[in-house]
Amino acid sequence: MEKRVLFKHIDDPEQVTVKGYVSNGGYRAWEKALKSMKPADVIDEVKRSGLRGRGGAGFPAGLKWSFVPKGSPRPSYLICNADESEPGTCKDRELMECDPHGVIEGIAIAAYAIGSHISFIYIRGEFGGPIRAMERAIEEAYAKGYLGRNIFGSGYDLELIAHTGGGAYICGEETALLNSLEGERGMSRIRPPFPAVEGLYACPTVVNNVETLSTVPHIINNGAAWYTSMGTEKSPGTKIFSLSGHVNKPANYELELGTPLSYLINDLGGGISGGHRLKAIIPGGSSTPFLLPGQIETPLDYESLTEAGSMLGSGGVIVVHDKTCIVWVIERLIHFYRHESCGKCTPCREGTGWLEQLISRIERGEGTPGDLEKIDSICDNIMGRTICPLGDAAVMPIQSTLRLFRDEWQYHIDHKSCLVKSEFEFA
Amino acid sequence: MILNEQSIAEIREKMVKYPRRKSAILPALTVAYRQIGHLNEDLYGEISKIIEIPVVEIAEAASFYTMFPKHPVGKYLIQVCHNISCALLGADGLVRYLEKKLEIRKGETTPDNLFTLITVECLGSCSTAPMMQINDRYYENLTREKVDTILDELRKQA
Repeated sequence: MEKRVLFKHIDDPEQVTVKGYVSNGGYRAWEKALKSMKPADVIDEVKRSGLRGRGGAGFPAGLKWSFVPKGSPRPSYLICNADESEPGTCKDRELMECDPHGVIEGIAIAAYAIGSHISFIYIRGEFGGPIRAMERAIEEAYAKGYLGRNIFGSGYDLELIAHTGGGAYICGEETALLNSLEGERGMSRIRPPFPAVEGLYACPTVVNNVETLSTVPHIINNGAAWYTSMGTEKSPGTKIFSLSGHVNKPANYELELGTPLSYLINDLGGGISGGHRLKAIIPGGSSTPFLLPGQIETPLDYESLTEAGSMLGSGGVIVVHDKTCIVWVIERLIHFYRHESCGKCTPCREGTGWLEQLISRIERGEGTPGDLEKIDSICDNIMGRTICPLGDAAVMPIQSTLRLFRDEWQYHIDHKSCLVKSEFEFA
Repeated sequence: MILNEQSIAEIREKMVKYPRRKSAILPALTVAYRQIGHLNEDLYGEISKIIEIPVVEIAEAASFYTMFPKHPVGKYLIQVCHNISCALLGADGLVRYLEKKLEIRKGETTPDNLFTLITVECLGSCSTAPMMQINDRYYENLTREKVDTILDELRKQA
């Protein structure tokens, strides 16, 4: 069953307005936090809820907040990462477009928890609809006194600035996002120092994903115990999964963590499209290792997916049917990572270029013996050797298909053509 | 000046919101792009004067962000997502269909300067694939029929 917490009012057209949001119970958590909780209480509640970052890395949110030094003379900043661009992921866009005040309320509570008076939402530049929705909602929130000076008469001030990006995938990585927000090229930074100590303008900064922050008001309203009653022991709560690719009913579905993948793909997604059979699943956005049809009963939670050899990632579940050439899929992905590599680290900058050349050559039917070993070697030399995870992200899907579908790769080289000819028409 | 009064006012308004002025580079580039449809060095110079940041820093940032075309494009910039979720649902066929309809190839602009066709990476519209973005609007769950209607409407508006 779907478990709608973040999506409870997603179909209500009034939810985008402040009036509709408030009548559905909105901004009560913000009021509760400001009037009856200390920042440390908020952090504690979120820590006990077990909420983990929903952008991809899965780091515990409350713990991240607790790293911000107390009593620092420098200002601290809360940044909402709305640069959603992991291929296969389209959940933050729906949250911003349909429930923008939920995002604002989450930002406000998190900002209060870390003692921030200036917060930002970094929205990817292409997102015309979400940008307009967020800007309108921020204006309304100021007008109603949920943002600005002396909120709820508490004496607490909070500014929220909507900042739009320039179409760079890398800016979803938090240190690249910080550089981009400072007006620099969006290249990642070496950690330490971690953003919580030295982030935006070298001040303590927390960067959280849209979905993570949208969850916070619900935890404040209902308590950590309520949140941990959903999901699994180690992966509590709900998560939005973006289902795409070869399924009959692609959409965003909110599920309790621990729900089997088969339920998402077959029961909610209506099964594989075109009467075909399942070939592979990319479970957590394009950067995560592939799963095979035999793994369809894997529970969708952080631990189970890791155990299955993949990752929960951003929750972008991409389904691939059996009339699909796996080399073609990987060529599409490596083209993307080569394009999006920021160029700072040599292994990623050069390596993704070499991988694209080699893989395109194989896909064109010009592969030569030894190519697969070359790909293996380049992957090994990128993995774990770059400042940010983009290098790893480029390599993980390739390595997994070389392991799971090596025969198909080899066939492509030996026969100069696909073992399975990709069949998808634009109708 | 290439930037009109409204754009200049918008850049000034954004600039003062940030704790540091340099943060206004990307917002300023966005305003310029929305007015002109692409970016160039003359615009970097104008932005440099408004936000009082050296022009080289504006150019340095601008060259990193691929969302902004650096040369003139047609009135309608058609950006087809060709990343995996869209590709699995026929994005390559969509590109070929557009090439045929517009009588241009990917990367080109129609002789009447109305349409430019390019492919781009994932636009976060994966569950509504295949899709394309035209200027700042998304068009999703595309079919040949829908594309015909969209192009006809844009031609009428032009």
